[in-house]
Amino acid sequence: MKIYVLVKEVPDTYGDRKLDPETGLTDRATGDVVLDEITERALEVALCYADENPDTDVVALSMSPGSATASVRRALAIGAASAVHIVDEDLRGADLGLTAETLAAAIRRGEPDLVIAGNLSTDGSGGMIPAMLAEHLGYVQATALSAVEIGANSVTGTRSADAGTQEVAAPLPAVISITEALPDARFPNLKNTMAAKKKPLEVLSLADLGVSADPAAAPRTILTAVSEKPPRAAGIKITNDGDAAGQLVEFLMQNKLV
Amino acid sequence: MGYPENPILVVIDVDPAGGVASSTGALIGAASTIGAPVALIVGGNLGATDAAAIAGAQVVLTAPGDPAALTVPITDALQAAYRQVKPDAVLISNSIAGRDVAGRLAVREKLAVSVDAIGVTRDQEGIVAHHSVYGGSFLTNSAPTHGTPVITVRQGAVGARADAATATVEELQVPASGAVAAVAGEITAVEQASSRPELRGASKVVSGGRGLGSKEQFVLVEQLADALGAAIGGSRAAVDAGYIPYAHQVGQTGVSVSPQLYVAVGISGAIQHRAGMQTAKTIVAINKDGEAPIFDIADFGIEGDLFAVVPQIIEALEARKK
Ligand SMILES: Cc1cc2nc3c(=O)[nH]c(=O)nc-3n(C[C@H](O)[C@H](O)[C@H](O)COP(=O)(O)OP(=O)(O)OC[C@H]3O[C@@H](n4cnc5c(N)ncnc54)[C@H](O)[C@@H]3O)c2cc1C
Ligand SMILES: Nc1ncnc2c1ncn2[C@@H]1O[C@H](COP(=O)(O)O)[C@@H](O)[C@H]1O
Repeated sequence: MKIYVLVKEVPDTYGDRKLDPETGLTDRATGDVVLDEITERALEVALCYADENPDTDVVALSMSPGSATASVRRALAIGAASAVHIVDEDLRGADLGLTAETLAAAIRRGEPDLVIAGNLSTDGSGGMIPAMLAEHLGYVQATALSAVEIGANSVTGTRSADAGTQEVAAPLPAVISITEALPDARFPNLKNTMAAKKKPLEVLSLADLGVSADPAAAPRTILTAVSEKPPRAAGIKITNDGDAAGQLVEFLMQNKLV
Repeated sequence: MGYPENPILVVIDVDPAGGVASSTGALIGAASTIGAPVALIVGGNLGATDAAAIAGAQVVLTAPGDPAALTVPITDALQAAYRQVKPDAVLISNSIAGRDVAGRLAVREKLAVSVDAIGVTRDQEGIVAHHSVYGGSFLTNSAPTHGTPVITVRQGAVGARADAATATVEELQVPASGAVAAVAGEITAVEQASSRPELRGASKVVSGGRGLGSKEQFVLVEQLADALGAAIGGSRAAVDAGYIPYAHQVGQTGVSVSPQLYVAVGISGAIQHRAGMQTAKTIVAINKDGEAPIFDIADFGIEGDLFAVVPQIIEALEARKK
């Protein structure tokens, strides 16, 4: 079985995340970048299956700037057998439509049986790429899975959706997305980190994929305004000496909150 | 049949019983600020059609759907409605089901898509979606380069409501796309329906974190919420520890709330938690660690043991009511 795992580099949420006021794009100069934690969990789902089924080929696929090579290598160090990194200047500020079209083109080239993605990016919080890929590829879609069982011909799981949970089953080929309820990825040890340097990492451009970023080709979503809100300031802080509750209720009354 | 001018196609989320989801009023309300709401209800009951009209839909399109097939039947119905109505915009709830349908429609009809809008407006150039990103630290506007935008709207974020309308109801003819769908089982609700306010859109929220220590002790959060008439939330640590279901997680990978009052009990205030609540009007924090980052954004902070303070607050609130 061939599994494509969609891994994404995002600004580290533990740091300060900023948008460039001119372009409205993520400012990659401030703060650190990391492999999105949910996409690492997606990789773990694939690797668990590969542990049991040695003829499994796990490929990490990422579309990100050229500077993201280290993140792609991290996916190899965690355990993907090879990686595909889509890099193209024309993808700067790509909207969901262009992102999906580009990822779909790369997946089509690899013809995997299963595509595993995170349910939402922790930077953009789009939560839409997996369904868009299923539509592009003509694969069956099962999103927001909090438990997954991969079989030879199908994938089943528990979908945690808005109104409650339900069991779902999809014949392969399929695109699934998983939630943060699934386990953390294994840690890349030194040996795997060294081995990762030798694993195949293919870099593809839009031309390689036959995708055009020209807005005339398809409508794109563009940012038309960006503004930063002033950070919140701290207010009153008291230490409980026995009457903190009374003071709080007083504060709530003054502010017409009770 | 003819449709009103400037139609805005609104996809109504339907609950497992066939009724309309609580996001309906705000979705139709948002649509009414930029055009004439035309609602699409897939798999709804009779009451759902009425509810959409009461919420202000001028036309209600219905299709039977198929609860055993995931996403595809709704997408097919939406595509048929889109082609028939030729709307100025398509508004869909930013729910899991909503995002899936929005993404698939955008691909099928080659439309630009905007996610998680907290409002929509119309200017000379067309329809603009407004977003609050990175935990509300930035506000952005987005618009399509051309064509009709597909916009998902954050649940609980839009205050506008439309006047009730006498809707024309039309049953939609839906050609099947033939796309293969996953087989979906019955939906089991994660929790019992409760009389407490719903977290999304609540005007007051009390959230508990790891500091509560156990599921039994998390009851304190519930009691405080009830004394304030508030909805209940939790940190990811509280959700992971099983104190409260995931649907109550506040934060970057959970629900974003903007209530009048947010009370954080035994929550450190990690940046991912703050991302979901720092746009609250007033923030109260109770934490025994005076250095906890939650105090940096709290309007009223109490450094103290929550097991001592919270019962006293509940008592003081109860005493006031008498
Ligand atoms: C990609 C990613 C996404 C995430 N998404 C979210 C998210 O959506 N929501 C979220 O909440 N977190 C999220 N997190 C996790 C986040 O980083 C924190 O781990 C989490 O918010 C911590 O929860 P907490 O504050 O309850 O626990 P802790 O950080 O352990 O804090 C518990 C607090 O309780 C206090 N306390 C303990 N006992 C008492 C007592 N008796 N009286 C008073 N105070 C007491 C302690 O002083 C401490 O400050 C995410 C993390 C990542 C990496
Ligand atoms: N640029 C990208 N490269 C690789 N995978 C991506 C990219 N963008 C989104 N994804 C995948 O799609 C999932 C959902 O993303 P989103 O729809 O952006 O919230 C992520 O968790 C990733 O698995």
